Amino acid sequence: MTESSDIAISLKRVTVRLGGRTILEDLDLDIPAGQVTAVMGPSGAGKTTVLRLVTGQLKPDSGEVWIGETRVDQLGGKALGRLRRNIGVLLQNGALFTDLTSFDNVALPLREHTRLSESLIRRIVLMKLEMVGLRGAAQLYPSELSGGMKRRVATARAMALDPGIMFYDEPFAGLDPISLGVSLRLIRDINAALGTTSVVITHDVREVAKLADHACIIADRKLVATGTPDELAASADPLVRQFMQGEPDGPVPFHYPARALDEELMRRGEGR
Amino acid sequence: MSNATSHTGMTAPLRELGRAGLFLLTAFSRMRFGPRQLAEILRQVYFAGVRSLVIIVICGFFVGLVLTLQTYDTLTRFGAADAVSTVLALSLFRELGPVLAALLFAGRAGTSITAEIGLMRATEQLDALDLMAIDPMERIVQPRLLAGLIALPALVLIFNLTAIVGGIFFAVFLMGSDPISFWANMQSSVELMRDFGGGMFKSVCFGFVAAWLAVWFGWSARPTSEGVALATTQTVIATAIAVLVLDFILSAFML
Repeated sequence: MTESSDIAISLKRVTVRLGGRTILEDLDLDIPAGQVTAVMGPSGAGKTTVLRLVTGQLKPDSGEVWIGETRVDQLGGKALGRLRRNIGVLLQNGALFTDLTSFDNVALPLREHTRLSESLIRRIVLMKLEMVGLRGAAQLYPSELSGGMKRRVATARAMALDPGIMFYDEPFAGLDPISLGVSLRLIRDINAALGTTSVVITHDVREVAKLADHACIIADRKLVATGTPDELAASADPLVRQFMQGEPDGPVPFHYPARALDEELMRRGEGR
Repeated sequence: MSNATSHTGMTAPLRELGRAGLFLLTAFSRMRFGPRQLAEILRQVYFAGVRSLVIIVICGFFVGLVLTLQTYDTLTRFGAADAVSTVLALSLFRELGPVLAALLFAGRAGTSITAEIGLMRATEQLDALDLMAIDPMERIVQPRLLAGLIALPALVLIFNLTAIVGGIFFAVFLMGSDPISFWANMQSSVELMRDFGGGMFKSVCFGFVAAWLAVWFGWSARPTSEGVALATTQTVIATAIAVLVLDFILSAFML
């Protein structure tokens, strides 16, 4: 069993309801420190909700969210700001500021949160861009970068303040094979070089097997499986197997809930 | 229609106004003035103000031209062609300058602000700021609010100036009016505080309202292309109505 000091992030009996729909219900989730953990699950299962809970953007309806010894769901204002400086987040599309160059995007958190001189900021930014292989693109605007390059610049920005925790929200979505390989290597390198706790939110099972030390699957509003990627791949649980094997039908049905087809076809003049 | 639906339909605009008011209060309560904020305000004054200059100058000139044409034609029938500069100046300073410049500002800068903030929401840039512990209110909203407050009065001054140039062009150069009496009549009929000052006060109010609505509709836009398109349309419509209603109220108090 994992020691509590080895747990970087912990969600305890968390329930979240949004717009009358229950997204997570009594979810218990522990994310080990210093490792790469993949949070997987079908689309709409609440993976990104976990990110929003941990960063304090969303308060749970019940339950507790902890980062180390800090209870996140009770923080607000400046305390939450201080916490967020220790969390780097790569959002799905990078979310770079289009009116700033790559350099200025990466420099932004440094300029906002530190009193470092411009010459020191320049060195740090160039080192971060070098790490993601885009030092040569420092003066380019986001509109001049490819999708994969944008995410790499956004990764450099997320780690500008050397955070203790890095979140990657769907980092492989829509990437070509080369960019995908680069992203995999980057996440691994950052984890090794900075000793961060890395959380990769994804539904890309094959890439998780190459990348993660630890993986968990959220489905049906709760945690359904946790372990190493190999353990999950060998699981006999029908839901885990459906997800890991990519089967179109199973516990997660192919069809959206609806009345029986013959009944639907026989009804006339009621909607389309 | 059910009672519930009609009730929602009636209260929806009031609720929207309440939310926009709370948003404004939040923005002002978190207002900070450091060197970085001032630099950003200046940058936004450039985007909202300087980039609106072309439309303001062109429209101002033609408004002055057509206003002089119409009043010259009418006043000449009564032998009062000398009063054309008086009508031109008073209409511009009191009403047309602030109102038309505000409407043009809403069409040019207001829509641009709404679309920019709406797209920032849709592309998660506002989320990214929040996640980096940078307050989007301070970084995005406040500079644009203050930029509107600063830029519109300056644009009204330029609008009035070019409209008078348009008036002079028509009356003096095309119709052959005496330039000295044109200026003398204008100077003697315009009161600095009441006419000119009143118009500038209106322009500050309109600038504030136009910037507030532009920022609000961008901030509350649904994060889709359709949502951003709807928000930009709402900005123009709401600003036009708000400016005209406010103009009536302010004029009633100033007379």
